[in-house]
Order: sequence, then C-alpha cells, then structure tokens
Amino acid sequence: MTISISKDARRGRKRTRQVRGRTPVREHVTGWLFVGPFGLVFVALLIAPLAYALYLSLFQKKLIGGTSFVFLDNYAKAFTDPSFLDGAWFVLRFSLVAIPVQIVIALAMALILDAVTSAFVRFSRLMVFLPYAIPTVIGAVMWGFLYSKSFGPLTDIFGLFGASPPDFLSSHLIFYGLLNIVTWQWAGYYMIILYAALQGIDPTLYEAARIDGASGWQVTLRIKIPLISPALILILVFALIGTLQFFNEPQILRYLAAGTIGPDFTPNMYAYQQAFALANFNYGSTISFALGGVVFVCVYIFMFLTRKRGSFLS
Amino acid sequence: MKIRRRLLPAVSALALVSALVACSSDDDGGGGGADASSCTNTITKKDLPVVTLWAWYPNMDRVVENFNQQNNEVQVCWTNVGQGGDAYDKFQTAISAGTGAPDVVMIEMDRIPTFQIQKAIVDISDFGAADVKANFGTGAWKDVSVGDAVYGAPIDGGPVAMIYRKDVFTKYGITPPRTWAEYEQAAQKVKDAGGPLFGDFGANVPALIMALQIQKGATPYTYDSAQPQTIGINLNDQASKDVLDYWAGLVKKGLVGKQDQFTPEYISGVINGDYATYVSAAWAPGYLTGAGVGQGQDTGKFAVAPLPQWDPNNPVQVNWGGSAFSVTSQSKNPELAAKVAFGVYADEKSLTDGWTNQIIFPLSLKAINDPKFVDLKVAFFNGQQANKEVYVPAANAYKGMTYSPFGQYYFDAMTKQFAEIIKGSISGSQAADRIQEDVTKYAKEQGFTVQ
Repeated sequence: MTISISKDARRGRKRTRQVRGRTPVREHVTGWLFVGPFGLVFVALLIAPLAYALYLSLFQKKLIGGTSFVFLDNYAKAFTDPSFLDGAWFVLRFSLVAIPVQIVIALAMALILDAVTSAFVRFSRLMVFLPYAIPTVIGAVMWGFLYSKSFGPLTDIFGLFGASPPDFLSSHLIFYGLLNIVTWQWAGYYMIILYAALQGIDPTLYEAARIDGASGWQVTLRIKIPLISPALILILVFALIGTLQFFNEPQILRYLAAGTIGPDFTPNMYAYQQAFALANFNYGSTISFALGGVVFVCVYIFMFLTRKRGSFLS
Repeated sequence: MKIRRRLLPAVSALALVSALVACSSDDDGGGGGADASSCTNTITKKDLPVVTLWAWYPNMDRVVENFNQQNNEVQVCWTNVGQGGDAYDKFQTAISAGTGAPDVVMIEMDRIPTFQIQKAIVDISDFGAADVKANFGTGAWKDVSVGDAVYGAPIDGGPVAMIYRKDVFTKYGITPPRTWAEYEQAAQKVKDAGGPLFGDFGANVPALIMALQIQKGATPYTYDSAQPQTIGINLNDQASKDVLDYWAGLVKKGLVGKQDQFTPEYISGVINGDYATYVSAAWAPGYLTGAGVGQGQDTGKFAVAPLPQWDPNNPVQVNWGGSAFSVTSQSKNPELAAKVAFGVYADEKSLTDGWTNQIIFPLSLKAINDPKFVDLKVAFFNGQQANKEVYVPAANAYKGMTYSPFGQYYFDAMTKQFAEIIKGSISGSQAADRIQEDVTKYAKEQGFTVQ
C-alpha cells in the first residue's frame, strides 16, 4: 500500500519536474539574449581592461632592461611611496570634510523645498540643480578664473573694504578652494535624490504626527530623515567613492595654481602622470588598483558603521 | 501577419548593420599609423605619396602650404595635436601602443634623448643629414645629435636674453644689469622705491632654470650613446646650488614674483608692468604678441638686453627650448619622411615668414646670416634691432647641451622642489640635493648605472 502510493507520488514528482524543466530552458535563453548586449559591453569595456590592468601591475618596465615580472613588488612600492600615501591622505581628509558639508546642504535644501509649496519651489529646484548640468571641466576652469587675483571679483570686493583678497589657489587655502567647487557642483545632484525620496513618504504619517502633537522640527528629525535614510546611505556611498577618486578639479586647476597642485596631488592624478606623462603604465595600473583597494576598505568600513539589524554585515 | 511581424525586425537589423558598415573609415593613403585623411591642410597633388606630420608652430599652415606647393615628390599632411607636454603625452601613448604615431613629429631638443632611448625616433644621418649640416651652427647640431647619430632636423632655437620694461627702468633710474649681482641690486633699488617685482621665478619653467645653471658652469648630465646604460647625473654641484640659492634669495626678499609662467595671470602681469624684467628665450616676443602683450597701453614699452652674466669677462650663452623635426620609427618610409623633415620650414619663404612674425628664431644659418634678419627692427621692441644686438650673438656663442633620457621626470622633479622654494620651506641648496636624490633614484630604478 505504502509502496504503491510512494511510487505514484514519485512518478507524479518526476512528471512535474519534467514539465517545469521544459519552459525554463527557453526562458533562460531569452533572458540571456536580453542581458547579452549589456553583458558583452560590460565584459569588453570593464572586466577586460580591469584584468589587463591587473596583469600590467604585476610587471615592471625599465628604460634599460625592458619588462620583467615582479609580482607584488609594485604594490609594495606603491604603499611605501610618499606621493601615493600623501595623495591618499589628502583625499581621505577631503572626503571627511567635503561629504558631510555637501550632504548637510543637500538635505537642508531638500527639506526646505519639501516643506514649502509655492511657484518659487520649482524655480529654486532648477537653480540648485543647474551646477550639476555644467561639465566639471568647465566648472573648474570657471572657478579658476573666479579665484584669480587679476580676473576674479574677489580683488574688487575685498578692495571695497581695503583688504587684500584670500588666495584660494595658494597652498593654505587650496583645500577650501576645491571644497567650494565640489560642493557647488554636487550639492544640487544629491538634493534632487533626497527630494525624490522625501516625496515618496506617505503624507498620512505627517497627519498622524501632527495629531500626536509633534512640532515641525520633530517631524523633520524623527520622521522624515529616518525614512529617507536608505537614500542618504546610497548617496553617501556614491559620494565617498567619487571623492576618493578626485581628479577633475585639481588637474584643471594645476596650471592656474602656481605650483600648489603637483602632478601627484591625488592618487588618481598620480596614476595619470605615471601612465601618460612618464609612460610607466605598469606602475600607473598599480596605483589605480591600490586606490581601488583604499576605496573598498573605506566603503566597507562605512557600510559596517551604518549597518541595520538583520543585514549581512551585522 | 506573421511574415510582416518577422520582416520588420529583420529589415531594421539589416539597416542598422549597413549603417555601421558605412560608418567605418576608409583605408588611409599615407605611411605611418596616423590617418592621412584627417589633415588640417588640404592636399591638392593627390597622386603623390603623403607623409604625416605633427607640429604646433603658430604659422604651420602657411609653412606646409609652401612646402606642398614647391615639392613634387611628396606631400605633407599636418595636424596640430597640442603644444609641448600635450603633444608629447600623445606621442608617448602612440609609442607605447605601437600605432598611431605620425611619420614626422616636432620635438623640442631636450626631449630627443627621451624618445631616442625608446627607439621611437630614427637616426637620419644616412638620409641627407650631411648635406644640410653646414646650414646649422655647432650648438644647434649638437642638440639634435646623440653621439654621431642625428635624430632631428633643427628648426628653431631659443637663445636666452633679458626682456625688460623701458618705462619701469626709466622711472626708477635703472640701466640694464650686466651681471647677476647688478640684477639683484637693481631689484632691491626698485623695491625700495616702491616699484614692481623685478622678475619672476616660476615653478613651471624648469628648462629655463636648467639653462641658467648651465650658464654658471653646471653639467647636469653626461651621457654617451655608445654606452646607453650608463649616465652621469650631477644636479647638486656647486654651480647648480648657487643658481638655486640666488633665485631662492630673490624670492625670499620679495624681489621677484612666484607666478607660474605661460598662464593668463602671468600675461596680465606682464601687460600691466608688474614685472620689470622677463628672462626668456628668443621665441618669447612671438609668444607674447600672440597672447596679447604689447598691443594695448604697453605698446612699445619693451626692450631686450643680453642675459646677465656671472663673470662678465667670460660670458656664457644658453638656450631654452627650440625644436626639431624627427622621423618616427613607426614611419613606413623613413627616407621620404627624412626628406620632409629636412625640407619643411627650410625654404626661404617659410623661414622669412617665421622670423618676420617673430614666431621662431631660426637655426638655419641661411636665415641667421641674412642681413635682413640681422638688421630687423623688431616691432615688439619698438624698432630695436634685437637680433643684431642680442639674439644672434647669443645663438652663435651657444655650444649645445647634453640632455637626459628621462627629461619629463627630471622637469617634474624640479617643478616639485621649486614649489617648495616658493613656499619658503627649503633653501636652494636643499632643493638641488633633493632633485639629485630624486632623479638618481629614478635612474637606478629604470636600470641605469649611475656614475
């Protein structure tokens, strides 16, 4: 009795397995066909160059003696290279200051625009977002001229008070000069993302909070911000990755900054100099991967610190 | 119904594929890796072989036109890929990639060993060098040679002199200083009277400072192409230290500016008379005119005097920049390319156009000895016969220099230390020591035996 039932059951299972097996194959193939073009581009333009760069970083090319396999010697050199370490320390410091500044400004503007309802809101949204629409190179050149002592407005403005203008391209103030440009360019972009996240909050929550007697500040701090924390974490990660790879603005401002910005000011600039000015592609690849390692460590630490209960990092 | 549904995607796919095929470029007609169909100039004699050229002289379009019109053996296809460092980066990338380099490339003299050691440029001594050698001075010929081999056809040079503002000098009662000691005294006098900065020490002009160190007797490099793996590096001898200490002193006392040269800031300073002197090469007037100097309120206020000397009884003339045309190893027909290298910018029409408009200081003796060139009343200097008084004697007395095969690294190392001098954190001697250490370490890493 039991045997026949189980036999039937097994047969039934086999049949359903066969039925389930026929359609998935076609679905598999269709799925792969859709992913195919992207996959091809992804492998050809991202994976393959990464693999080649990794391969290059294991070799060393000398003017006398040609190319030789040195395994991890290049990495040992990179992590004891003062140019790389100073550059990495600079981008770390820069990130620790620039990211909170940008996020606070973006958050404040998003909250204000969310709370205010008038025709002015749309206009302000556009104006705040506009700097992001300007290519970073043009923005940097523009700010370079604004900071200039002969061409910029600072000389005239400070001249009204009889003072000499601060030189944002000097070695003391270059940090703040770059900070200003980056904030101007990116705060609008982050603001739009946070604004969109705020729009996604159910307004009945605000009603409930008001009924419970919450003040405006309490609504903002206890309801709005916690509910958009996924978006906040997301843009913080993007900002961290982007700022650690800082390249555009310092590279453009090099020629306007009278020696303040050397070719190894940030690790990405150092990699560029090694690869294209000195034709040292092997060491340039090493620097790129070393920087990638630094970025990975920083992002991991950040995600660990902001982990939620139940996620894979806790 | 079903056929139409299958036909539409098939037809659109076919259209897309044929569009892609049509987009691909035709095969080029010239030698080398650079595409001959992307010239800036137009080639009219289409049946002749084409040689590709990268150069950035401001009047290159006229020069190429002259050559193409006069020549019935070969035509030149010219592109301007950028000035100086930009062009070298592109050329270096093409060398590393193995394709993409032109047949002939414009290289400044101080970079020739850099490309020669990578075997990126070819020895053209067998392709007609002997015929033209007599047209050039010793200094010019030495700069394009590595040992007995010749790696470029010299075009223009940069004898160094001192350009100054006549109005500033008259106002503060200064006569052009003949020695560096007088230079410092004059600078102090102008500063005490409340005048402008006397000159500029830019971090981005290491080639000029190297020339000034050689003026005092330094020999930065000893390099023999017969033994390419050995090199002598001497960047912190007493002469080099003295020159850097001198300029560091001027910076510290506030007698000279700290601005990077070739920037809009610097040009506006020159126009406004913020710098009483500008120690620079013979191509400076052409460059400054192109940048807008000497055309507004500062018209006719400039003059030029010979470079101040350390020892007025033993004057030494030096050179900054100057360039040559080299044949690249990626050229499919080096002999033809060499003909172009020696022929372009060597005809009278192009040379005259070059020096009349102060675009170049020609190295060809045909031009230097031409009385029209020598007696030229240079407009930038308000009619002063600058060539006769200053530049031609300087060019004739120039003996040539030995450059290193890692010029880019050396200049970057100097720029880094100059920035420290400008900040005031190190002295000139310390900078020289650091440069020596930096460059020696790099040379050893690259496999050289450093003497």
